[in-house]
Amino acid sequence: MEIKFWLNGRKVQTEIKADTLLLDLLREKGCYSVKRGCETANCGLCTVLVEEKPVLSCSTLAARVQEKHVVTLEGLQDKAEEFGRFLAGEGAEQCGFCNPGFIMNIFAMEKELSDPTEEEINEYLAGNLCRCSGFIGQTRSILKYLEYKKTQKEKGEGE
Amino acid sequence: MKYVNKAVPKKDAMALVTGKPVYTDDIAPKDCLIVKVLRSPYAHALIEEIRTEAAMKVPGIACILTYKDVPQQRFTLAGQTYPEFSPYDRLILDQRVRFVGDGAAIVAGETEEAVDKALKLIKVKYKVLPAILDFHEAKDNEILIHPEDNWEARMPVGADNKRNLCAQKEESLGDVDAVLKNCKYVVDETYHTKANQQAMMETFRAYTYLDYFGRLNVVASTQVPFHVRRILGRALGIGASKVRVIKPRIGGGFGAKQTAVVEMYPAIVTMKTGKPAKILYSRYESQICSSPRHEMEVRVRLGADEKGVLKAIDIHTLSNTGAYGEHGPTTVGLSGHKPLGLYRNTEAYRFTYEVVYTNRMSAGAYRGYGATQGIFALESAVDELAHKMGMDPVVFREKNLTREGDKFIGYDGSPVVTSSTLDKCLARAKEMIGWDEKYPCRDMGNGKVRAVGAAIAMQGSSIAKVDVGGASIKLGEDGSYTLGLGATDMGTGCDTILSQMAADVLETDFDNIVVFGVDTDISPYDSGSYASATTYITGIAVADACEQLREKIKKLGAEMMGTDIEKVEFDGKRVYMLEGEGEVFLEAIAAKGTSGNNTSLQASATRSSQISPPPFMAGAVEIEIDKETGSLEILDYAAVVDCGTPINPNLARVQTEGGLVQGIGMALYEDIQYNEKGQMRNNSFMQYKIPARTDVKNIRVEFIPSYEKSHPFGAKSIGEMVINTPCVTIANAVYNGIGVRIREMPITPEKIAMALAERSEQNE
Repeated sequence: MEIKFWLNGRKVQTEIKADTLLLDLLREKGCYSVKRGCETANCGLCTVLVEEKPVLSCSTLAARVQEKHVVTLEGLQDKAEEFGRFLAGEGAEQCGFCNPGFIMNIFAMEKELSDPTEEEINEYLAGNLCRCSGFIGQTRSILKYLEYKKTQKEKGEGE
Repeated sequence: MKYVNKAVPKKDAMALVTGKPVYTDDIAPKDCLIVKVLRSPYAHALIEEIRTEAAMKVPGIACILTYKDVPQQRFTLAGQTYPEFSPYDRLILDQRVRFVGDGAAIVAGETEEAVDKALKLIKVKYKVLPAILDFHEAKDNEILIHPEDNWEARMPVGADNKRNLCAQKEESLGDVDAVLKNCKYVVDETYHTKANQQAMMETFRAYTYLDYFGRLNVVASTQVPFHVRRILGRALGIGASKVRVIKPRIGGGFGAKQTAVVEMYPAIVTMKTGKPAKILYSRYESQICSSPRHEMEVRVRLGADEKGVLKAIDIHTLSNTGAYGEHGPTTVGLSGHKPLGLYRNTEAYRFTYEVVYTNRMSAGAYRGYGATQGIFALESAVDELAHKMGMDPVVFREKNLTREGDKFIGYDGSPVVTSSTLDKCLARAKEMIGWDEKYPCRDMGNGKVRAVGAAIAMQGSSIAKVDVGGASIKLGEDGSYTLGLGATDMGTGCDTILSQMAADVLETDFDNIVVFGVDTDISPYDSGSYASATTYITGIAVADACEQLREKIKKLGAEMMGTDIEKVEFDGKRVYMLEGEGEVFLEAIAAKGTSGNNTSLQASATRSSQISPPPFMAGAVEIEIDKETGSLEILDYAAVVDCGTPINPNLARVQTEGGLVQGIGMALYEDIQYNEKGQMRNNSFMQYKIPARTDVKNIRVEFIPSYEKSHPFGAKSIGEMVINTPCVTIANAVYNGIGVRIREMPITPEKIAMALAERSEQNE
């Protein structure tokens, strides 16, 4: 079947099978940041944004994004670098394999929660597994990043 | 030191956080044949007949291989220095399948759909054999898992395939029975740790192709490229020189990828078809047919005198290597040698072990490598002994623990403790957790009790006299340096910390070091990243290579000034005359290196160590137990680490935090379980729970570095030791809280609740 959707702001028209998973389609289209870590929707590595909402692309049929906007980390390179500096500043990116899905979900969280507590952050990101860092360094980096964004925003409003 | 002991961001950080295609599957050619393995549904069977005609007719299928198509020379998949301690007990495919999930056929095709279809059309007639699933029943069982005559143990590890023995040994000092007899206090208990999955986020994967010389090129997510090269050379019968192995970025390993779990499958397909091939293990396959921790049962007998001096240690380990012997004869050694090294007053010890084959998936290397299992046992027994004599278990440890300058008793990696702050680590962990106020427990009055537990741990830094670290360094024409490594950064950051060391020896900017690894055709030989070796042994090699290069730069600089090397010095930016005026800048020397030059501006070093200096740590935990439900919550974890100089304090901290959380997973819920048919119960992340961020609360890490003089920057290892304390600190805290001793991992609410119920029945 044929579908049309926007991938990182660009219109894509492509032929898919009815059972093609979004994850596989995105990798086929060159979005290699989207990773598979399990087959049971437990790890969060494949998180992408569909209509600005985080979804697990391993459990989403490609057919479901018909006429929708899909964003992967390839489409948010500047933001990824901005947050990534905080993550790398803690040494918590480690092997990096879980990073893209985790970072996509942070961006979704930023939109959804204002000024989240550490507990709220942990709950929001609970579905993003990481086997290297033990999560603590990730949390440190998120708190520092959110603080930085808040200061940026206040500065902007002050001007 | 400008970069060592600084929290420099990792060299590959920006590529990783922006999701660049840097992992094996991201860079695999698009025309790779997809390779999958048909898996045995039986724990033990012989293939009587295997029919592939129908499967071969599926459009797009390129080849199907069975046991009839593979070389008949046995090998091991263990990534170890040759000759391996692990027995040669494998074939790429065997007529005998030895666990549920063992390979029965290899299928390669143009699409995954075609391969999946073909897998279903292969007809296998199995002769089902009785299986050994309980490792207590394996030794001398009439069922033989490796009856074959070409099974071979190259090293004298006490292996005997006609007894299902992968290894056995006995070693001792003094008469342990006699000393124990004279001890006022004795404990004799058995502790059981289970198999756990490393569960790195990137599953096992590799792709292969033939280059223009017809050589087999292998790109693999591996910790051991040079070992993979040799293993494939033997497994395929083509010799190592026909194989080249390249490691891109790796999505975690934790020891899992110290076994060549998947490389042979695409390799043989490429050799048979001439086409590129790739295999990607699903999480399901990574759970059921991989290389998890060895299940071990460790019996510990300890004796102390009336003053609380620990005089005798007797350890017997039974280890379950599963269907194949990867890392079987070596992991078990650490279950004795590492715990023994923690104590100084031992007058006599004995360490005996047996490693047995069973019809479960083969075990392998997992962070801690036997030490985790042994330290859980010994450190539990130490608490039990202290309780018997009515002594605070931390005070007992303070009296007996190994100190810098002591002789090691029973540790095989070094005769003396060359560096240690273990005593200070324990004192600090005690202070951080508030031991004196909180020991043993506080009843919170709401059915809940809070309790503390503590333990000490160590590991090694490389395998003494075996592991080889390699480094090459060259000066480029623009004055930059390229550091070539054979050690494998699997996310840990070794490319970065080794570059930090190189920058300091060469007195150059960190950004002026280009780092490269690993390609077995180009990189200097290195055993690979395992055995807590890289910071230590490859670090020594890096410093050595850089010192050699400094001399070469000085020599060429002196020549350019028309003087002798003795009369000049190098400060990282220029070579200058010690007396009088005259200098030549690095850029000029680098340019000279490319024109009319006879002095090589590159150096390489290979280093091995006579000793394996252990890092040490102390852990202390505060938990809360609900006495009604048995549920357990970790309130606070204090870990104090002596890894020598932390080369990169951020990365050392994250190693510790990550290791602790993995250890907490092992302590509280990770447990590979099989049903009576030998099928795994928890074959996905749905059933095999690893810690999530909501499970992690307060974890506090501090460092009290000693200085290890055998390393150019005083460093020791950190990666493995940090998983060794959670099982035992939590078990000790449970006892301190509710008087129940859990001697089998994991510590589930059921076990706590059942033990409490049993006790209340006894009291009635």
